[in-house]
Amino acid sequence: MTHKSIPTPDSFTLRIDGTDVVAQVGQSILEVAQDHNIGIPTLCYLEGLTPWGGCRLCLVEIKGSGRLLPACSTLATEDMDVTTTSPRIERYRRTIVELLFSERNHICAVCVSNGNCELQTLAQEMGVTHVHVPYRYPTLLVDSSHDGFRLDHNRCVMCTRCVRVCEEIEGAATKGVGGRGIDSMIINDLNEPWGESDTCTSCGKCVSVCPTGALTEKGTTFADMAKRRERRELLPYLTQTREGRR
Amino acid sequence: MTPDELSQLSVEERERQQGFEHCLNVCTAASCLSSGAEEVKKGLTTAVKEKGLREKCRIRGAGCMGLCSSGPLVALDPEDVLYQHVGVDDVPEIVESLDTQPVPRLLCDTTIPFFQRQKKIVLENSGRIDPERIEDYIAVGGYRSLARVLTEMDPDEVVQEIVNSGLRGRGGAGYPTGLKWGTVAKATGAEKYVICNADEGDPGAFMDRAVLESDPHRVLEGMTIAAYAVGATQGYIYVRAEYPLAIKRLRQAIKQAQRLGLQGDRIYETPFRFTVDIRLGAGAFVCGEETALIASIEGGRGLPRPRPPYPANHGLWGCPTLINNVETFANVAAILREGAGWFSSIGTEKSKGTKVFSLAGPLSRYGLIEVPMGISLREIVFDIAGGLPDGKSFKAVQTGGPSGGCIPARHLDTSVDYESLRELGAIMGSGGMIVMDESSNMVDVARFFMEFCMTESCGKCVPCRVGTYQMHTLLDRIYNRQGTKRDLELLSELCEVVRETSLCGLGQTAPNPVNSTLRYFRDEYEERLVSDGVRGPSGDPLAQVEMTP
Repeated sequence: MTHKSIPTPDSFTLRIDGTDVVAQVGQSILEVAQDHNIGIPTLCYLEGLTPWGGCRLCLVEIKGSGRLLPACSTLATEDMDVTTTSPRIERYRRTIVELLFSERNHICAVCVSNGNCELQTLAQEMGVTHVHVPYRYPTLLVDSSHDGFRLDHNRCVMCTRCVRVCEEIEGAATKGVGGRGIDSMIINDLNEPWGESDTCTSCGKCVSVCPTGALTEKGTTFADMAKRRERRELLPYLTQTREGRR
Repeated sequence: MTPDELSQLSVEERERQQGFEHCLNVCTAASCLSSGAEEVKKGLTTAVKEKGLREKCRIRGAGCMGLCSSGPLVALDPEDVLYQHVGVDDVPEIVESLDTQPVPRLLCDTTIPFFQRQKKIVLENSGRIDPERIEDYIAVGGYRSLARVLTEMDPDEVVQEIVNSGLRGRGGAGYPTGLKWGTVAKATGAEKYVICNADEGDPGAFMDRAVLESDPHRVLEGMTIAAYAVGATQGYIYVRAEYPLAIKRLRQAIKQAQRLGLQGDRIYETPFRFTVDIRLGAGAFVCGEETALIASIEGGRGLPRPRPPYPANHGLWGCPTLINNVETFANVAAILREGAGWFSSIGTEKSKGTKVFSLAGPLSRYGLIEVPMGISLREIVFDIAGGLPDGKSFKAVQTGGPSGGCIPARHLDTSVDYESLRELGAIMGSGGMIVMDESSNMVDVARFFMEFCMTESCGKCVPCRVGTYQMHTLLDRIYNRQGTKRDLELLSELCEVVRETSLCGLGQTAPNPVNSTLRYFRDEYEERLVSDGVRGPSGDPLAQVEMTP
């Protein structure tokens, strides 16, 4: 139990997976669940950044709502009855992970983030051993023009964490999304090589928040755990920044 | 301007129009224009001038008359004669015959079901007034509902009237309009907005374009009434840039309304103020989705965001925002003029009023129609449209565009209303109706719509971005006789996942064309399948490689 579980004037109760839990006004379902150690898979969500709602892995059932709703961006309300998992939801989540694997070239064996990748971990946790949909094998470029970092589009899942951290925390807004649909790409400025960007401050936050091996620091190896540690240190900072904005 | 001055203007304009012995209405909506209506209009104007008939004869560019398959159309007032397929060569003959018998060669029979079976509310002025003159609209009673609303009714009463009318959103989903207005009216915010969604994007749909091109003031009046009802002072019309004529006429209409004090500060000398601005869409289909549309108006990338919160509470720049479709707003003035009771007497129990459809496909007559809700599909296809010519046989009718479905012949007697169409796996949609004959292959049809959804997906959420791509690949494979039974199963599975997990309406409804064709024309899929042994389970050797770190 964390301090957030103690009833205050701003708290209320709701049900998650059949258990009554205490929530604070303004918390999302995901935040409440995390406070109570109820695991909901996420990918595009990162504490401290504005919820995106794009990966659809945190979809939950809410009694009375016809549709599945993303836990990251749905506010918890009093007497809500939330179900975070069911055979149906699990099947959908697995399919979404398979779709992600099929979309670009995720070859774990040659990836610097092997063993330190959120997509890989999700697949392992969900027991995804096969991808049932056809692979796309797109031809994608790797942007190594930056002195310190590398952007490998082959490993990108379009979670836009880098876009959000660059705009919301660093305030540089170097990263953006170009193209549409299946051709969407993370771009720098107006689709320039990263190394030629006038706005990039080389702060490296985008690399820290990247869930896969799409954004990496040059010179790191696949056994390098620095990235993970760095990411851990960043979280409280992100949270603090957001709290300050509230 | 005061309401009395409006009545005065209306009387003057009617007298002016009655001063003419003849009025020749030339359809100047996009379809007739593309087949030469502008030349016909110019020719008529010159001929009338040369004959010295300018005092007697008015040549008027009018809006869409509906029967696009017979364009260019010219209608004669007060003779009530309709000429079809008019070319420049026919002009002398028409002018010659003005005081005698009409030209038999060009006559279009107006007693056919195409004209007789329609019920016009939204299109009541379409083809009868000059969309480029506000005086024409005022002469037929335009802006009178607004005057009554502002001087005699409370905002609550206006909302209640719309609730009582049973009007539902004409953009496709059919959400009760009155309920939406009520939510925005109750929402608190320093500023509120009214948005008209004119980002019509379904292939084969042109209802909103026709309304905007034929009667733009009607939409402005509806928006202004809505603004009064919900407490908004600023409105936006989000219209796609591919509709240059509609944009031009809207711009003109807004200027004219401002000139007469029907927009801006102190409308009708009351404290109420309201301004409408135009925002152009840059060609993204997804911007017809309300949250993406709002993002686009705000200047951002046109991406949807999760709802709730709904725009009614948290919309444009975080303020309560009312978003309705063009046709919904076009109903408003008529409802307040004739009363909610009159409106709710038309249609079925749950679907009130009329619906405008754009009819396309191999039909004897096609174009724009407005029919009462509850009419059967058979009546539309075989009576109004006159069936399929040259002995072709009817196969299916597609409603709702890429979000809709294909309805086979055996369900032709279904009533056209929101619930019945949904039960069949189609939707009412915004009003596109495409008829297909036996030459259409339904796998190909499904593939076409899936390709549309794939290219129009914004890419924000995974199931729509990758799912539509994968479904298109599978459909392509099946169509090219390379798909297996397993591919078909996979296609059904993906349909479910994409429908249930996508972020916005685009992805949630993208599987509809596949689902409905699978439901009614499964044999067309199955006859194209090859046996399982020919290819591996997914046709891809690497798919079998186990993924471990």
